[in-house]
Amino acid sequence: MTDSFEIAGVPLASRFLLGTAGYPNPQLLAEAVKASQTQLLTVGLKRSAQGGDNGFVAMALAAARAQGARLLPNTAGCRSAAEAVQLACMARELYDTAWIKLEVTGDEHTLQPDPFELLAAASELVKLGFTVLPYCTDDLVLCRRLLDAGCAVLMPWGAPIGSGQGLLNPWALRTLRERLPEAVLIVDAGLGAPSHAAQAMELGYDAVLLNSAVAQARDPVRMAHAFRDAVRAGRQAYLAGVMPAQDFAVPSTPVSGHAFVLS
Amino acid sequence: MNIQILIDEQPRELPAGSNLAELLALLQREPRSVATAVNGRFVAREARPGTMLAEGDQVLLFQPIVGG
Repeated sequence: MTDSFEIAGVPLASRFLLGTAGYPNPQLLAEAVKASQTQLLTVGLKRSAQGGDNGFVAMALAAARAQGARLLPNTAGCRSAAEAVQLACMARELYDTAWIKLEVTGDEHTLQPDPFELLAAASELVKLGFTVLPYCTDDLVLCRRLLDAGCAVLMPWGAPIGSGQGLLNPWALRTLRERLPEAVLIVDAGLGAPSHAAQAMELGYDAVLLNSAVAQARDPVRMAHAFRDAVRAGRQAYLAGVMPAQDFAVPSTPVSGHAFVLS
Repeated sequence: MNIQILIDEQPRELPAGSNLAELLALLQREPRSVATAVNGRFVAREARPGTMLAEGDQVLLFQPIVGG
């Protein structure tokens, strides 16, 4: 059964978006991409004075081509809207795609997105014809503003980048889903275990995006498989309807009175 | 007469009247392999030949990298 979702009118058959950074070697990166069956692969840009990459980019591009995955360049490292807009323009030229994962960092310790610069950059990039996927906090009002600015998708964090802490604020993420029912929502960042991805999907998120949890696993290929299956399981659970949690016991066997009545 | 620019924060002398495309050729960089910015502003590939470099300009080159 196909269960695709769309970004800017483009159907994506996989709800598992994968990053390409931090793998032990290019071959493992390629094998993890294949195992994930992702249709959207994130990449980045760097100042060229900082040296070569030992073939990682070539392998990532080949892996994307091999399974028909699109590329999603990011603006990692940007601290202002102006920087992010310039880097996005460079990414569009280098990768030949107008899709951009918009990152504007506001705090060096938590790498928390700067909501004000993010919104300013998103507005400008939409005007320049980009399909903007902003990495944002789970603030409802910010998310509404980003949608109003024309963002194709929202990507609220589960936890700080690379922390592997899972969904730190399920209430906020659930509220976003409930208050923005028409929006495409992707949990991005902070997922450490496949159960975290399943939880996000059970909340009704359209997809998850992660990198470190796979790249830093002892066996990245096996972990890519695990996340792929967890995303599918969480999605199926959402579609099936997860029962509401209750604070008290409810008997599941329909008996009345005592099992044995001794007189 | 030469001018001095900064390329990726390193000083470099160029003949006066050089443009950005000529700088990339001098550096032996394949034009499609990098994106360019002059003084913090993106310069598109097709605009490089018309982008004249001046004394003190800061040129940055960007290339693809893996990312999350």
